This record gives sequence, C-alpha cells and structure tokens, in this order.
Amino acid sequence: MIAQTQSRPIDDTDRRILMATQDGLPMCSRPYHALGEELGIAADEVMARLDRMLTTGAIRRIGAVPNHYRLGYAANGMSVWDVPDDVVGDAGALVGGLEFVTHCYRRPRHPPAWPYNLFAMVHGRSRAEVEEKVRTIADVLGVWGRGHDVLYSAGILKKTGLRLAG
Amino acid sequence: MTEGMSPSGLDDLDRRIVNALQGGFPICERPFAVAGKEIGIGEEELIERIRRLCSDGTLSRFGPMFNAERIGGDVMLAAMAVPEDRFATVARQVNAHVEVAHNYRREHALNMWFVLASEAPERIDAARADIERETGLIVLPMPKVEEYFVGLRLEA
Repeated sequence: MIAQTQSRPIDDTDRRILMATQDGLPMCSRPYHALGEELGIAADEVMARLDRMLTTGAIRRIGAVPNHYRLGYAANGMSVWDVPDDVVGDAGALVGGLEFVTHCYRRPRHPPAWPYNLFAMVHGRSRAEVEEKVRTIADVLGVWGRGHDVLYSAGILKKTGLRLAG
Repeated sequence: MTEGMSPSGLDDLDRRIVNALQGGFPICERPFAVAGKEIGIGEEELIERIRRLCSDGTLSRFGPMFNAERIGGDVMLAAMAVPEDRFATVARQVNAHVEVAHNYRREHALNMWFVLASEAPERIDAARADIERETGLIVLPMPKVEEYFVGLRLEA
C-alpha cells in the first residue's frame, strides 16, 4: 500500500476529502459521517482514507491549529545559523531535538548577503525568552555555530496555508 | 502555569483542549466524544468550545493538516528585501498569488519572508518568477534542503 501511495500520492477521492476539510472538520457529533454525506462516500471509507493518509504522511496530523499570537507567544524568532556544511546534519539533529524548537531545516546560503544554512524557529512570550532559547542553541552548537542572527516577526501579512484549487 | 484566566483570555479548560488536541484527534464515529473523555468533558461541550476557539481566532482551524510534498506538491520558503516605502504595495502584490500560503514581515534587510505552496510543483517557480517581474525585486529561494524537525506544538 505504501509503495502504491508513493507512486501516486493521493487519488481523486482522497483529494476530495482534503478539499472538503481544508477549512476544518465539520463541527458536529459525527464529523466523518457528515463529510461522507457531503461527498457521497461511505463514512467508513472516509475514515479508512484519512487513516491511510495519516500513515503515509499526506496528513501530518489532525487537530487544533493554534494561532501562536493568541496563545500569548508574542515573540516569534527565526534563528539562523552558519554551520560548517560537513556537520550540518548532526547540528540539525541536535538543534531539532531541543524541545522548544518548533521547526528546524537546512536551507541554502546566498553569500555574501546570506551566509546562514541552518534555520531553527523559536517562539516565546517575550523577546527575552526567545533570546534565552537562542543562547541555549548557541551552547549546543558550540564552535559549529560560526555566526547567527535572529529575525523577529513584525507581523503576519498572510496566513492561509496550502490551498487546493477547486 | 497560572490558574484561571491567562493573559490570552483562555481558561483552564480551553488550555487543556488546545494542549491535548494539537494532533491525535481520533478517527472514529464520534471523535469529539472520545477526545472529550480524555479531557474530562462531554461531547457537546467540546464541540462548543472548539467552535468558539476557532471563531475568536485562538485556533486558525481544527482539522487535518496536510503535507504538500506528500500529496505530490511542493513548498518553498522565499525572502525579499523590500524598500520600506513600497512595503504595503509589494505585500499586496505578493499576497495576491494563491501559491503564497504564509507571508511574514521580519526585522532584517530581508524583510519579507513567504512560503510558496502548490499541488503542482512547477507553479512554485512560476509564481516566484511572476513576483520578481511584478515587483522588480529579487526573490531569494530558500528551499528546504533537509528537514530535522517539524512539530509545532505550543503550550497554551
């Protein structure tokens, strides 16, 4: 089943289910049955397909998507690091393993303007809290952290997420 | 963790809901009843609370989060250095593209950071080229080379 889903990640029925839920699940007692009725698919099949998409990773998770500002996380710092290329995988695993790092990626440098190749997102209730977490990352990286910067968010300009076209 | 209302206006039960349900929502006939049992509240109350958390903006939504790459699409972060006096105009030009999933202003010479996401991977580059043409500014591609962790879970 997994091999099949890799060659063709999702089929048309999966796609219709994702389209119908991209703004959220129906808020009722039997949401998957409501979806099935809306789409003309048996509820059991809706649930089996959601289960399978969770297993294959097409769906990362099902649940609440919080707005971090509304939870009191006023400071959102994208910390960026210049780490030697030959150790960036180990560095990423260490930094990504810190419980307060919410996303951690390797990305390309664009020298000279942009020397950084490791990105670690840090949220805090204040900048002081973010700075403290960034110091912890610096400690973990030690000499691997040849340089870094923190880019604070100064506002959300758009946040819709991936939209599937109709 | 303080008792009662927090500065964010959430009470203890709201916080328990947000903390417990950032993933793992059950797939079964009556998932709110099952999830509510874990949290210690009834089905109706859980549905009502989630509805309110969505409408007051505490939650952006409640449902499946999908992974563009695993459904045959692609995602790419991009950055731009936008002159301050043109910032609002450029933000409108960038946001007008349906491929722009998120866009943040950040305090740096590279002051606009946005995520391009599409089911059709070729649309990512097309959107980047369109934005460069429309704005006359360089869009620096910051694609993910490797992912070490993605698990945004914030304690309320």
